Amino acid sequence: MITVDSLTKKYRATTAVDDISFVASAGRVTGFLGPNGAGKSTAMRMMVGLTQPTSGSATISGRRFTDLPNPGVEVGVMLDASAQHAGRSGREILTIAQQMMGLPSHSVTDMLQLVSLTESEADRRVGNYSLGMRQRLGIATALIGDPAVLILDEPANGLDPAGIRWMRDLLRDYADRGGTVLLSSHLLREIEMVVDDIVVIGHGRIVARGAKAELLQATGTLVRARDMHALRHALDTHGLETTAPGDGTIRTTADVHRVGRVALEAGVPLTELRTADGELEDLFLELTANTQRERKAA
Amino acid sequence: MTTLTIEPAREQRAEVDPIPLTRVVSVELRKMFDTRSGFWLLSSIAITGLLTMVATIALAPDADLTYYTFAKAIGFPMTIVLPIIAILAITGEWSQRSGLTTFTLAPRRGRVIWAKAISSIAVGVASMLFALLIGAIGNLIGTAIAGTTLRWDVSVAEAVNIVLGSLLCLLTGTMLGMLIRSSAGALVAYFVYALVLPTLFGILASSQDWFRDLQPWVSLNYAQSALFEGTLTSDQWAHLAVTATMWLVLPAAVGLRLVLRSDVK
Repeated sequence: MITVDSLTKKYRATTAVDDISFVASAGRVTGFLGPNGAGKSTAMRMMVGLTQPTSGSATISGRRFTDLPNPGVEVGVMLDASAQHAGRSGREILTIAQQMMGLPSHSVTDMLQLVSLTESEADRRVGNYSLGMRQRLGIATALIGDPAVLILDEPANGLDPAGIRWMRDLLRDYADRGGTVLLSSHLLREIEMVVDDIVVIGHGRIVARGAKAELLQATGTLVRARDMHALRHALDTHGLETTAPGDGTIRTTADVHRVGRVALEAGVPLTELRTADGELEDLFLELTANTQRERKAA
Repeated sequence: MTTLTIEPAREQRAEVDPIPLTRVVSVELRKMFDTRSGFWLLSSIAITGLLTMVATIALAPDADLTYYTFAKAIGFPMTIVLPIIAILAITGEWSQRSGLTTFTLAPRRGRVIWAKAISSIAVGVASMLFALLIGAIGNLIGTAIAGTTLRWDVSVAEAVNIVLGSLLCLLTGTMLGMLIRSSAGALVAYFVYALVLPTLFGILASSQDWFRDLQPWVSLNYAQSALFEGTLTSDQWAHLAVTATMWLVLPAAVGLRLVLRSDVK
């Protein structure tokens, strides 16, 4: 379990992380979402003691990361897969981690197999690795100590679709066996399938957090008709709040039954009617709209 | 229910033993030589040692073919290579960004730096013993070829001084690595330290009378060079203590503080 409590990091003029608190629970995958520059990486660096917080704290199963006697066997960390000495081979990097944690030497070959790096790939220097291979090596380094907690910054970055699928299955299985997973992403689609809980961060602040199912529930209904004008009118006369996201649909907070009934009564044939399920991206954009760098040209 | 029973089992694992310092040292020692540049730096100690031996036999006047000549000649390249090894052992974590992994596996950074210093010193001592050994072999071969008398004109105390002098050079590298935390920057700084500053102090001493008496108390390089020239007087030891504190210990303390507090990105 990771407990983040009022974590704050101020640099001279800017506040990179502003009083964030959340819990990543055991047995669940927690997604840490936010646009680039939102403060995700700074927050994660503070969780593992690489950056000193200005105030607040982060604990792993009740202890500060820097107080862990042998952190590698308790928390698997991958903050940047490219942050490796380019002159070392993948096998050497894993061996260094294995030796520092005091693990048996066969764990290196075990991990190489787990992340599907071949023997010849393992002997190549990391400078010649693709980003996807570096991510696999980073995951291997994080998992080699068989930790109960994983902290991964943008783990899907650079993976091909098959790789993303592999990562998703691996993390799901890991959490199902009781592990705690905290992973960050700036792309919702990438982690939508695997996360149980979501923490959304924008400009250093948490703008939404909760179970994925709960956050989705709040997004309401999406409806489309050939005669959008009549549909809008019908919904308005029944006092339903509507928004038009600009993609030719109408959004409303009312549930599907209510919207269907209204359309039927008004005699407006619908071409599409569904809960806005799977539209986490809209939620994400909506939640971070006023904190994003590129504001949507309205 | 299954998650509830698995959860504590995974989170509260058996007693975790802390990482012993010996393990950190052996890992850091390994990291100094497991890259191509590290391997060639280590090799360069052996290669320059042997080349200098051959050059000394070939070029030194027969009358100068004594152990002191060999030990001094072979020790000299060490004072260049050893600080580079010490610098890269530290700055690599920042320049190559491997510190992200290193300092998450061993979050007590002071311990990692300490382990790096110990490894660097171990390499330094081994290299200097190697240099003294090669020097002895050179002395045997050189005098045999030249037909001059074999002279062992370096006492144990003098040999210890030579090793000590080289270690001070090496630790200057460690200090600059901590202070600057960038390979290129620290290497440039080392050459400023080892070549530019002593030259400036030399010019100042020869042109300004008031500085002449002050120089031994100000220039680390000046005080240090005495270690390579034989045994030291108590004054010379005092010079060494004062200048080493000023140019080595104090900046190292600042550097260590920076290492402990800075963001690792």
